[in-house]
Amino acid sequence: MTVTTLVSYEDAVAEYDPVLGLEVHVELNTTSKMFCGCSTEFGAEPNTQVCPVCLGLPGALPVANERGVESAIRIGLALNCSIAEWCRFARKNYFYPDMPKNFQTSQYDEPIAFDGWTEVDVDGTTYRIEIERAHMEEDTGKSLHVGGATGRIHGAEHSLLDYNRAGVPLIEIVTKPIEGTGAMAPEVARAYVTHLRELMAALGVSDVRMEQGSLRCDANVSLRPDSQSEYGLRTETKNVNSLRSVERALRYEICRQATLLSEGGRVTQETRHWHEDTGVTTPGRSKEQAEDYRYFPEPDLVPVAPSREWVEALRATLPEPPSQRRSRLQEAWGFSDLEMRDAAAAGAVPLIEATVEAGAAPQSARKWWTGELARRANADGVELMELPITPAQVAEVQDLIDAGRLNDKLARQVIDGVLAWEGSPEEVVRTRGLEVVSDDAALGAAVDQAIADNPDVADKIRAGKTAAAGALIGVVMKQMRGQADAARVRELILERLGAD
Amino acid sequence: MADLIKRTAAELADLLAAGEVSSVEVTQAHLDRIAAVDGAVHAFLEVDVEGALRTAADVDARRAAGDTLPPLAGVPIAVKDVFVTKGIVTTCGSKILEGWVPPYDSTVVHRLRAAGLPILGKTNMDEFAMGSSTEHSAYGPTHNPWDLDRIPGGSGGGSSAAVAAYEAPLAVGTDTGGSIRQPGAVTGTVGVKPTYGGVSRYGMIALASSLDQAGPVTRTVLDAALLHETIAGHDPRDSTSIDAPVPPVVEAVRNADLSGLRVGVVRELGGEGYQPGVEARFDDALKLITSAGAEIVEVSCPHFTYGLATYYLILPGEASSNLARFDAMRYGLRIFPDGVAEPTAEQVMSATREAGFGQEVKRRIILGTYALSSGYWDAYYGSAQKVRTLIRRDFDTAFEQVDVLVSPTAPTTAFPIGAKIDDPLAMYLNDIATIPASLAGMPGLSLPSGLADEDGLPAGIQVLAPAMADDRLYRVAAALEAILVEQWGGPLLAQAPELEVAR
Amino acid sequence: MPEISRDDVAHLASLARIDLTDEELDHLAPQLAVILESVAKVSEVAAADVPPTSHAVPLSNVYRADELRPGLTPEEALAGAPEVEQQRFAVPRILGEEA
Repeated sequence: MTVTTLVSYEDAVAEYDPVLGLEVHVELNTTSKMFCGCSTEFGAEPNTQVCPVCLGLPGALPVANERGVESAIRIGLALNCSIAEWCRFARKNYFYPDMPKNFQTSQYDEPIAFDGWTEVDVDGTTYRIEIERAHMEEDTGKSLHVGGATGRIHGAEHSLLDYNRAGVPLIEIVTKPIEGTGAMAPEVARAYVTHLRELMAALGVSDVRMEQGSLRCDANVSLRPDSQSEYGLRTETKNVNSLRSVERALRYEICRQATLLSEGGRVTQETRHWHEDTGVTTPGRSKEQAEDYRYFPEPDLVPVAPSREWVEALRATLPEPPSQRRSRLQEAWGFSDLEMRDAAAAGAVPLIEATVEAGAAPQSARKWWTGELARRANADGVELMELPITPAQVAEVQDLIDAGRLNDKLARQVIDGVLAWEGSPEEVVRTRGLEVVSDDAALGAAVDQAIADNPDVADKIRAGKTAAAGALIGVVMKQMRGQADAARVRELILERLGAD
Repeated sequence: MADLIKRTAAELADLLAAGEVSSVEVTQAHLDRIAAVDGAVHAFLEVDVEGALRTAADVDARRAAGDTLPPLAGVPIAVKDVFVTKGIVTTCGSKILEGWVPPYDSTVVHRLRAAGLPILGKTNMDEFAMGSSTEHSAYGPTHNPWDLDRIPGGSGGGSSAAVAAYEAPLAVGTDTGGSIRQPGAVTGTVGVKPTYGGVSRYGMIALASSLDQAGPVTRTVLDAALLHETIAGHDPRDSTSIDAPVPPVVEAVRNADLSGLRVGVVRELGGEGYQPGVEARFDDALKLITSAGAEIVEVSCPHFTYGLATYYLILPGEASSNLARFDAMRYGLRIFPDGVAEPTAEQVMSATREAGFGQEVKRRIILGTYALSSGYWDAYYGSAQKVRTLIRRDFDTAFEQVDVLVSPTAPTTAFPIGAKIDDPLAMYLNDIATIPASLAGMPGLSLPSGLADEDGLPAGIQVLAPAMADDRLYRVAAALEAILVEQWGGPLLAQAPELEVAR
Repeated sequence: MPEISRDDVAHLASLARIDLTDEELDHLAPQLAVILESVAKVSEVAAADVPPTSHAVPLSNVYRADELRPGLTPEEALAGAPEVEQQRFAVPRILGEEA
């Protein structure tokens, strides 16, 4: 049965109540891997960061990275979790070529952190998200599929394995079912992942770059007739590689499930795969049998029993909670509630902060990041922080405006240049010749020319209709290819015509 | 000297230190012996002539230069093929690792090299250490030097046979449920399983991670103590290794004394299922112990009767997981399934494991997979872990009343090759006395107790001590050994038939 | 006697990625049933209040510092590989997660 038309999103959420579950994997930025001393650097030549342990050679044994455990505890604390007094690693057994031991060293029924919560703001509403657990595990190697279309696994002839990433520490954060989001479910999910990213960055435990895989999200959703009913069957969607995808994938899944249910069908409890290009999810390979992971406590590692002293010492290292930080910044910057909310929603707060630190006025920083740059990011389909322009560079552009060397229009061209990798703002100004002309002689000549070419307008101004100066300003600006300070031009015109 | 091979390691060490013989001579003598008898014994899977002689020459040079050398420097040793050896083929007795050359050394081997012991080669074993007869080796069984038609015990039959056949004065093995001790008993040699965590497991191909332990295989208790001190000690690469000084086992041997000791006899480790001749030698040993001034106390460890069942749930569970890495993707055998045009990785994995693993390994992997399965976990693996606690408690209670425990090491003497191969359960019973200490992580030592009357084959007596009290084992064993050797007029091995030397 | 059928063994073999022959399946099921019967008695004595032992020695909190340690060169890592391509382990096509 092929579904050709999906129920609209509005109808879907009118008819059903979505319940979400989000699993986020955070790749830690430790120097070495979770169980061995190999480097975790991204982008190295294949199989150059491996050893007997992370290759799973016969006889090799793991030893836990203290900083990995420390980061796990800090993440748990930042999510208001209880930290286990005693817990163990466990083996999750299954076969896959990217897993050298054919078991993943993880945690099962004894996670290091559990029963926490966090809050996210969406359009002025605060949602409290309960955290089930955060636990430690290791990443797998990477496979390259050869011979199929677009390097995908489907239709590949064979695969090539690089184990550089195998053993890199991961923290998996699992929410409890998220209820009561209604139509805002996709936005809440996106806000949650954005919030986690912000938290991890503030803690300094991860690079949290979704496009590099250091932050990954699996989105679960099910529908039920109303909030009093039992949970429906849920699907898990993988390959959600950006904040945008989180929202889009959930929106799609909700529509797809609603369509199925409205036609009297049942949702299949399964794993699905999100396709950013086509905007749909497709079913994963149906397995003949459900995977049985045969978890048991990892005998090669000893229990992790963080002392309460250590936990409290780590608690003292936690950064300010994001909501508190946002309030403080809002006050310091003098933003309105709406301005602050928009900045937060755009992921611009840390960028504004850095821009202010580089010398710009808060409102100027805000205008650039939530205005022109947000527009550009949206058009290019990337996150704000992924734009190839730094806060320092934005501050530099604003500096140039404040110094009278650029006007707004020219500044936008400079930003274009920076985003196009032409160099720093100063370099772009120079190579593109974008500087405002402040030489009165040149300006004066242009003004005189404009006056001479438009005698009627000139007469009006002489007669006192200073508003008519606008037309002449336009002529001069055109003549100067926009590289003039409009205010100075106006002054010169009025001066010349004796109307100042 | 023709009788160099009959010397103990301690004696060889003395001769070497005194400059009366060179390591090259000693090593060559053993290599010659291997060439002469190993065709019949088949203790070795790999002999590293060049490497051994190179180490020997190097040690000789350092000695000549006046360097201070570790106690066993220059004394050659055989290494069970379960230890990863850089540059030397390591198979773990399996076809799935045929020809595999590891790129790294296990910590045990690293320490042997650092201590200057020439490594003669790798010894035969039951595949992946699963067995008690070495018949499950993919490369053919090892033959007991006492009677070549009989098993040498297992899984470390190769190490014990090598030592018993004078092919090496020392060997290092591993013991998971008795794989050092039981071969020791049936070959008339000494075998020790240290306290769990006492010797590093890094580079020891894992069978059951929470049970495996490396230990000495020798002809005398003193030799075992010397080797023990060479290989034991904390290793930061092994999270389960004990971070404490090695118990002073050599000193314990030199101060061997039984007087005033309370020696416990475990009621459950004897009686039905134990060969009368084995029990007779055990009873004789008890009399000697008493006459040496110790007190015999009968103790009961009721949960020991569940030892076998517990072991055969925990071991297969852990082993099934440890052996999952052998999947044809990164090293080892790769077999393609018959008649499949474009096999998947999964198909190649399954075909390889089918071809590369022997019957016993497959049996235990399936058993282990079952024991860990959801739905069965609580009844099997989960329950076994609880019984393990009960067994540990039995030990703790016993050690409140006595200083050491003793039992026959194995229920029978060496049985004929092929006698039990088709009866897995019968084979598992070989470890019935050695398993409890493995489950509890306690140290155990087996030394020869004499020859059984029925068949004139060696039997062993096992000494067990509390965790970390390995020195106590050696103290008791050395004292008993001295009395027994005096009674026999020489080591028990001297009564073994001379092996035919190949021309 | 705990039931373990030939089908059960086949299922377990597939979980364990071992392609057992029919003959092996015929042999293994009864052998395993016998073994299981003898080991099943552990559940008799394993009372609920007995804590499990997963580690023989009571160690905890063993860590290593977050520092780099020399590993293997790619040549060493790939030395035992059945097949190598582009400095990676070449493996047959993986069935994978996508349908």
